[in-house]
Amino acid sequence: MSARDEILARVREALGAGSVQGSRPVGALVQGSPSVGSDRQEVTPERAPEPSAYRTPYRTESEMDEDGLVELLVDRLEDYKARVEVVARGELAGAIRKRLDGKRFVVPHGFPTEWLHPALADRAVTDSREAPIAVERLDALDAVVTSSAVSIAETGTIVLDGSPDQGRRAISLVPDHHVCVVPVETIAGIVPEGFARLDVTRPLTLISGPSATSDIELERVEGVHGPRMLDVIIAR
Amino acid sequence: MTTVSLGIPSVPPRGFGNISAVEPFPRAAHRELGNAQLRANLGHATHTIRDKRLRVVSELPDWEALRDAGSAIKTEAMSRLPELLTQFEEQFTARGGTVHWARDAAEANRIVEGLIRQTGASEVVKVKSMATQEIGLNEYLEERGIAALETDLAELIVQLGHDKPSHILVPAIHKNRTEIRDIFLAEMPDVAPSLTDEPRRLAMAARAHLRRKFLSAKVAISGANFGIAETGTLGVVESEGNGRMCLTLPETLITVMGIEKVLPRAQDLEVFMQLLPRSSTGERMNPYTSLWTGVTPGDGPQNVHVILLDNGRTRALADRHGRSALHCIRCSACMNVCPVYERTGGHAYGSTYPGPIGAILSPLLTGVEAEENSSLPYASSLCGACFDACPVKINIPEILVHLRGEDVEAKHAPRSGSGGRRRGLPTQMDVALGAASWALSSGDRLGLLEKGLPVARALAGRDGKFTRLPGLAAGWTQSRDAPAPPSESFRSWWKKREKAAGPAKGDGTTDGAAGGRAKGDGATDGAAGGRAKGDGATEGEAQ
Ligand code: SF4
Repeated sequence: MSARDEILARVREALGAGSVQGSRPVGALVQGSPSVGSDRQEVTPERAPEPSAYRTPYRTESEMDEDGLVELLVDRLEDYKARVEVVARGELAGAIRKRLDGKRFVVPHGFPTEWLHPALADRAVTDSREAPIAVERLDALDAVVTSSAVSIAETGTIVLDGSPDQGRRAISLVPDHHVCVVPVETIAGIVPEGFARLDVTRPLTLISGPSATSDIELERVEGVHGPRMLDVIIAR
Repeated sequence: MTTVSLGIPSVPPRGFGNISAVEPFPRAAHRELGNAQLRANLGHATHTIRDKRLRVVSELPDWEALRDAGSAIKTEAMSRLPELLTQFEEQFTARGGTVHWARDAAEANRIVEGLIRQTGASEVVKVKSMATQEIGLNEYLEERGIAALETDLAELIVQLGHDKPSHILVPAIHKNRTEIRDIFLAEMPDVAPSLTDEPRRLAMAARAHLRRKFLSAKVAISGANFGIAETGTLGVVESEGNGRMCLTLPETLITVMGIEKVLPRAQDLEVFMQLLPRSSTGERMNPYTSLWTGVTPGDGPQNVHVILLDNGRTRALADRHGRSALHCIRCSACMNVCPVYERTGGHAYGSTYPGPIGAILSPLLTGVEAEENSSLPYASSLCGACFDACPVKINIPEILVHLRGEDVEAKHAPRSGSGGRRRGLPTQMDVALGAASWALSSGDRLGLLEKGLPVARALAGRDGKFTRLPGLAAGWTQSRDAPAPPSESFRSWWKKREKAAGPAKGDGTTDGAAGGRAKGDGATDGAAGGRAKGDGATEGEAQ
């Protein structure tokens, strides 16, 4: 028997053995969810509880207005030692330019051109899935600028999903300084609201502050292997 | 087992690898207790993380509801495991990945080796993974000429120091900064001899040491915190960015995941991504989480594999009282609140999985009748702190008691019957317990024995103490005296008292001990309490 079939058979047998004498009901710990039978040998998909059975008890919505969301996100990001700035949409190009002044940087090919100040053009290197920059070359650049897909205010989390304005995962990882734009409409209040907006089959990176370690006597050191500097620009 | 197994055995086979204590817990614990450095570091670490955890947990008004949901999702996942594993395989394969299955540690190691050989690489980078530690992958590859480089800072310290992890979250917590500097100076060929023991400098030395490895690595090996059946998505939760390096830059990515890590739906992440970081590092969110689904053309590894590992998990699943140990999301909260762990440290447990969860998981994976793990279920005072802290509500004390029962049965079951799991001759304990059961089952027998009390008292020393008891009881008097028994038993004293005073009034006071235990997750200061204000990582600092 193949390892696959043998393991699956063992699992079925183990579950069968466990439920013969009416063990605890499975999947029915949340009040009000349909009880799944406890004395069967095989669990059929149709009898599994609906996802909503788990959703009811915990918060799935927050009722924050835009000001509240921005304020909370800024607070959380600063707690992680990120540098945060809130600017009007029209000032975005200027704000990005200030952060990247004098640096050589990589930009994903789908990054909105109106966000890039013309003065930066000669120091920008464009990357795409079709024309990727070699990793050694990325390592030699000073910075990267990307947009972002979703942010979660309550946890200070920014999510990149590999869209053309965010680029390949490598470009936001190798350069030491990440300038990240958060369009205000992408900010969600709490974790379930954030995940509801995401497609998990895209390559996702959740970023909550610059990289950090507390491995030596629990003393926190910001900046290990990921970018040691995280600049967030929230655009309203 | 004396039965001949035909086809599938009724009890699934045990797991192997680094899940077995090399010596019994009491002996190992005794040695580790002598290590004052270890104890001081551990005490500091567990208390610091515990306080941070309480603070971020108390911020969430729905923490208990999230724990319920986490527990319910895990229970559901276990009950639908065959279907979910098949679904995961379908989805992962449909998106360009390859799925392998491994019955045990040896099979998993062989598969990994084969995949590495196909790429021609002789060095691989690794992101911290308990599953690969469990199967002893590094040692296996090392013996076959493949260098497996740990990239998590703590794991790197442990690996360079030829040591073992002592905590699943901060594995090098038993080493202090000076020891770490000495290890780096001795083991990193490219490090400057002027390296100081400042944590920031040490972290930067590790960054420099690993950077070239990351940029040139052809193969990475990871574990996974979750596998989503609905989409075939895998996830790794981390802090340093070494995970992102491993999961992004190499061409080949091999993930080893225990079969119990599968979750039904993508939506379940909204629960676990709240439970895990807060319980683990006491952060609202860990710095980095990566989620990947098979292969993304043009972005990240193009040769992607996952190995689904049993290694005793089906055995644990077959134990209906113990199976919820498989719900564990490896957050380490139970360790940080455990009074036993705090003093003995992780090494005393022998296995990859230390602390309260290790005390149940290791014997469940190997079977408690595996002699080397049979003392683990006793490595607890049953205080219940681990249960209160566990984000998926695993009732660790209940499972400990269940396993103690299994162990007693395995050791002391009557010899009748053929397929018994019994391990040998009746022990002194068997004889003593047999006698006790004879005496305690009848009031008359007990009364008869109590008549001997004055004799026992006369045998004790002048000070009314036994300094040495015979036989099995000698263990008790090795480090303490046993008081001589009273000249009269409580029962006979009570009888006399009743006769003298008439019916006694019920005295309702209890000992109050249970009420004194601080409940986990109690409200502490408000959301903003204790938050360190960002002190502005200046550009100069970061360059
Ligand atoms: S048993 Fe619970 S508290 Fe302990 S590591 Fe596992 S999930 Fe965390």
